[in-house]
Amino acid sequence: MAGLMAGFGHYTHAIVRGIPASLAKEALRTNQAEVDLDKARTEHDAYVQVLRTRLGLEVVELPADESLPDCVFVEDAAVVCGDTALITRPGAESRRRETEAMKEALTDLNMNIVEIADENATLDGGDVLFTGREFFVGLSKRTNQRGAEILADAFKDYAVSTVPVLEGLHLKSFCSMGGPGLIVIGSSDPAQKALKIMQQMSDHRYDKLTVPDDLAANCIYMNLPDKGHVLLHCTTDEFPESVKVFEKLKDHMLIPVSNLEKVKLDGALTCCSVLINKKKPDN
Amino acid sequence: MTTEASSETEVKENAEESAAQPDQSEKATQETQEVLNTEEEDKEKGKVKEKEGKEGKGISRYLPTWLKKQKSLSQTSPTKETPPTEEPTSKVTEEEEVSAPEVNGHAEEAEEKEEVKSEPVKEKEVESNSNGSADTEPAKEEKLEESVQTTPEEKKETTKEEDVAEEEKKGQEQETQAEADVQEGDGQTSIFQSPFRLVRKPKMKVVVCHVTLLDGTDFSCEVEKRANGQYLFFKVCEHLNLLEKDYFGLTYKDTHDEKCWLDPMKEIKRQIRSNNWQFSFNVKFYPPDPSLLTEDITRYLLCLQLRDDVASGRLPCSFVTHALLGSYTLQAEFGDQEPDQPRPLDFISQQTFAPNQSKEMEEKILELHKSHKGMTPAQADIQFLENAKKLSMYGVDLHRAKDSEGVDIMLGVCANGLLVYKDRLRINRFAWPKILKISYKRNNFYIKIRPGETEQFESTVGFKLQNHRSAKRLWKVCVENHSFFRLNAPEPPTKARFLTLGSKFRYSGRTQAQTRMASSLIDRPAPNFERTSSKRISRSLDGAPVISITEAGRDMTENGHDPNLELQSDSKSQMRVHGDNIYVRHSNLMLEDHDKTQEEVLKHQASISQLKRSFMEAPPPSPPQPSQWEKRLTPSPASTIRIQQQQVTTEVEIEETVVIQEVSKATKAGKVTVTSNSPAGPPAEQESSEQKVRSDEEVVVVEEANQTRQESVSSESESEEEAEYHPNVTTSISNTQIPEEKEEEDKLEGEEEGEKMEPEVLAAPAPALPAEISQPAEETPQEEEEPRKETEEGMKDEEEEKQGDPETEESTDDPMLTPDETPKSFVPPEVEEEEQEEPKVNGEASAVDAEPRPHGICCSELPVVKTEMVTISDTFAAQKTEIATKEVPIVHTETKTITYEAAQLDGNGEGEPGVLMTAQTITSESLCTTTTTHITKTLKGGLSETRIEKRIVITGDCDIDHDQALAQAIKEAKEQHPDMSVTRVVVHKETELAEEED
Repeated sequence: MAGLMAGFGHYTHAIVRGIPASLAKEALRTNQAEVDLDKARTEHDAYVQVLRTRLGLEVVELPADESLPDCVFVEDAAVVCGDTALITRPGAESRRRETEAMKEALTDLNMNIVEIADENATLDGGDVLFTGREFFVGLSKRTNQRGAEILADAFKDYAVSTVPVLEGLHLKSFCSMGGPGLIVIGSSDPAQKALKIMQQMSDHRYDKLTVPDDLAANCIYMNLPDKGHVLLHCTTDEFPESVKVFEKLKDHMLIPVSNLEKVKLDGALTCCSVLINKKKPDN
Repeated sequence: MTTEASSETEVKENAEESAAQPDQSEKATQETQEVLNTEEEDKEKGKVKEKEGKEGKGISRYLPTWLKKQKSLSQTSPTKETPPTEEPTSKVTEEEEVSAPEVNGHAEEAEEKEEVKSEPVKEKEVESNSNGSADTEPAKEEKLEESVQTTPEEKKETTKEEDVAEEEKKGQEQETQAEADVQEGDGQTSIFQSPFRLVRKPKMKVVVCHVTLLDGTDFSCEVEKRANGQYLFFKVCEHLNLLEKDYFGLTYKDTHDEKCWLDPMKEIKRQIRSNNWQFSFNVKFYPPDPSLLTEDITRYLLCLQLRDDVASGRLPCSFVTHALLGSYTLQAEFGDQEPDQPRPLDFISQQTFAPNQSKEMEEKILELHKSHKGMTPAQADIQFLENAKKLSMYGVDLHRAKDSEGVDIMLGVCANGLLVYKDRLRINRFAWPKILKISYKRNNFYIKIRPGETEQFESTVGFKLQNHRSAKRLWKVCVENHSFFRLNAPEPPTKARFLTLGSKFRYSGRTQAQTRMASSLIDRPAPNFERTSSKRISRSLDGAPVISITEAGRDMTENGHDPNLELQSDSKSQMRVHGDNIYVRHSNLMLEDHDKTQEEVLKHQASISQLKRSFMEAPPPSPPQPSQWEKRLTPSPASTIRIQQQQVTTEVEIEETVVIQEVSKATKAGKVTVTSNSPAGPPAEQESSEQKVRSDEEVVVVEEANQTRQESVSSESESEEEAEYHPNVTTSISNTQIPEEKEEEDKLEGEEEGEKMEPEVLAAPAPALPAEISQPAEETPQEEEEPRKETEEGMKDEEEEKQGDPETEESTDDPMLTPDETPKSFVPPEVEEEEQEEPKVNGEASAVDAEPRPHGICCSELPVVKTEMVTISDTFAAQKTEIATKEVPIVHTETKTITYEAAQLDGNGEGEPGVLMTAQTITSESLCTTTTTHITKTLKGGLSETRIEKRIVITGDCDIDHDQALAQAIKEAKEQHPDMSVTRVVVHKETELAEEED
């Protein structure tokens, strides 16, 4: 169906980007942590492999840019919904140029590109939660009201509600979609508060899946033609308790993906890819 | 008329009891038994009865001969009128009947509606007439109508109105014959002309209504001028062959060019401000799931609405969605795209699918159109709706507002609740179940929120609307949406209770649940309807919808949404600017003045309360002591001192009014004794009032004088300013809390009404505080009172009408959810006393007929001003507004009414009807002061009672020391009639406000 809001989780393409050597030292982070560049790269390769090989997505891999230490976290550079791609204006000054390559890639994919011209607006893709029916935009250190407004204007079909992010880097640092109408949420107070706000603001009812660890709440849901519900989530090494929760999802194809190194840079699973559905809707 | 005015049988009964007039009883019976009777017939009867009653009472003597002649004319008129009226009414009833069976709960409503319809209308008319301003207004309207409209039918209607007006005027004239003469002299030229002259034909007026349909075509039909909104709506639905009509409604543009929903239960004439009988047929409640609609034709109409919503930008959607919806539209209108056929690109480009329609989009539309091959029009409509319903702004009615910090926001009312937007972002949402109470006061809109799991207390969230009209409109929309989408059956309108204030507005139609039930029973072959692709192409699809009615076209169009309201990225700046502008325009009054006013009001109230105290202390209630006042009081029955003061501009005193309204409401519930004092004479309290009368102690009634100005804008707003609604289905009543504010509003309304009557009197631009001091003779309080009452009743028929008006208005116009509560809460202890007393006052007032007199008296002086005031408008009297005010500067007035009554120990409810011995009215004028004295002698049970009612209108351009003026007036009254006691003092203060013209 070409219809609105059809096919939540349907993806055909993924855009990822390589890890520059500058990541280890220069990438932004909220906690001082030593990052092993090699481990991070290995980890990222595995991630891309899952997308490409295991899930069969067409992966567009952008080359790393040494001047952009955080460029691997492509999610923040663009918000894609349907045929429209909003090129963001990242809240971190050092990351602004990450959008250039992203815009090119999206243009090549024939997406309708929307850019943010307002210099007062900041928006990180990590603050944007698309539920399939609406958007929630976290107002955080990286995203402001104006950025959210522009997003709302770019995706007029959908309600866009704002959610204050009191702790954590991004809105999606403690939540994500685990399926249609299913929000995976961390168990911390800020996370639970944010969930309540989202529930209150929404005309739709969402189920919630609460995981003990906030960071584990960031997972990637897809609905793929031959595989049905697919969920990329954290590994047992990282969050064993949370994994137990995920394992209760019987209908999902569960794919643990390691994120030990990137998480040190506040990078979560969703951060490392932009998922796109380019397939012509079979109508 | 009184009886008629009060639609409820109770009222009628009361009236009968009190008045013991055969006419009234007859009326009551008629009403109850004869549902089928035409409204007009009833009215006529009522009029006749009233007339008879009046005459029988002996009032007729006082009427000038020419008046009597007119009466006869009016009587004759009814016969003529009857035939035309009957048709519409009968139709309406039929329709209602039809609908009734469908819905269980509805049937009752329908019946009620019928009754209400007829009665309210009458009442309204009466009201308008009764009020000083009102009197003028109707007359004006009629004039305008006549002049503007050549149709004989309309003239007929006018006649009716005129009749009523005549009656009222008769009463007034009785009081002030001299004045009346003056008016006559003025003749048609003056605004204040008496309606009679204008009236010629006895027939009902018929007005041609133009309704813009969703396909852009115009539908015209004739409607009796007094018809309710429902009548017209049913006509339109009939024309459209639409059964599932509950999702739809009619809109009109008010004088401020804002779209309003036509209240089906209220007279059309009273709702539309101008004489512009232009309407739009629109979707009022967007069904969340259009697939549940039963008939394709309903979906088709919904599609038409949504196409326009989308094309105009009211319903924002993305490029892709625009294209998709457009392709379904093409499929529905033109069927499959033929490959051979040249692509209808040019043709498409003539249609508007989106606000910013590009060639690219048109290409996309055509491309998608191909994919719909084989889809029937109905299927295409369904697909269209399935996609449209998912849009986030589907069915959201946006209202511009400010939050507590003055930030521009938008409030969106929808099926699920209330949404709060800042620019395009949703920043909050209050689902209906979360909302305990919805209320508005002035330009503030409040919702009380159910405490969350972790919270202990309810919280109230307030928003500032541009003005009171916006606040009320929002409140009404909320009430209706909640009722429609959340309730199984509409809440019955709050019953008139004692001391009920505030708007009683409730959703009167069927709820979604009911309409679904009803439509499930639809048993007819799918009606054939013509899809007017051609029409649409030229119109609704066009970028500029051809909605003749609304100039705004796209902007305002059918939804009634302001274009500006749309959430658009760029809208920010615009909106703010716009909002500011509006602020400048409207909010001067609302915000700035408001503040000032409050301060002033406080001061003023303080001084008044002092005065009141002193007053109450001074004359001991029980024994009519020959106080200074009393000594001076002459044996004449009652003296009414009206002091009208005009104040410069600023003060808005709404709150004081509250008492009055309460009274009026009380009236509804209780007996309908007439309160001459304008709006608020609650009949229920008649007994008490009577008692008071007996005691004849001092009652100083200061009545509303300054109304004139206010009426137009302020009156509406004020009256409707506040209202509460408790969305909880179950506990609507229990939850109901009476917000003081609401009460105030109600009161204000009442005042306004009262004011209206007075306005005529006050020719001067400045607001006046009329103080009426009615001093009943001491002799036999009970007996005296009774006679008075009777006389009053006779006189008061008019008054009652007036009173009825307020009630009607309240019931119709302002739906107050918790009127009952309000009054009590609001009224300070003192006020309560007043309230109790007031009923008495009312009766007295009626006897005095002070209001009417003032009109006559003052007319010469204030004509110009009055006009202006009248014009502006109020809720009540759309008609009045219609008149010609445009030219005149709009003056906003605030009215304050304070009633002081001496406590009366005696309780006399049953007094025998007295016999009116004599009645006379004396009027004298000075530069700024007009004093009208009405003396009524009644013989009751062998005792004669003389009541003097003095109305003093003080008009001034600058600040007047009201309290001093009042004190002086009282003092003088005492001096003049030392042997009488002051029973009641009513101070009505009207203040001119800065213009808030829109």
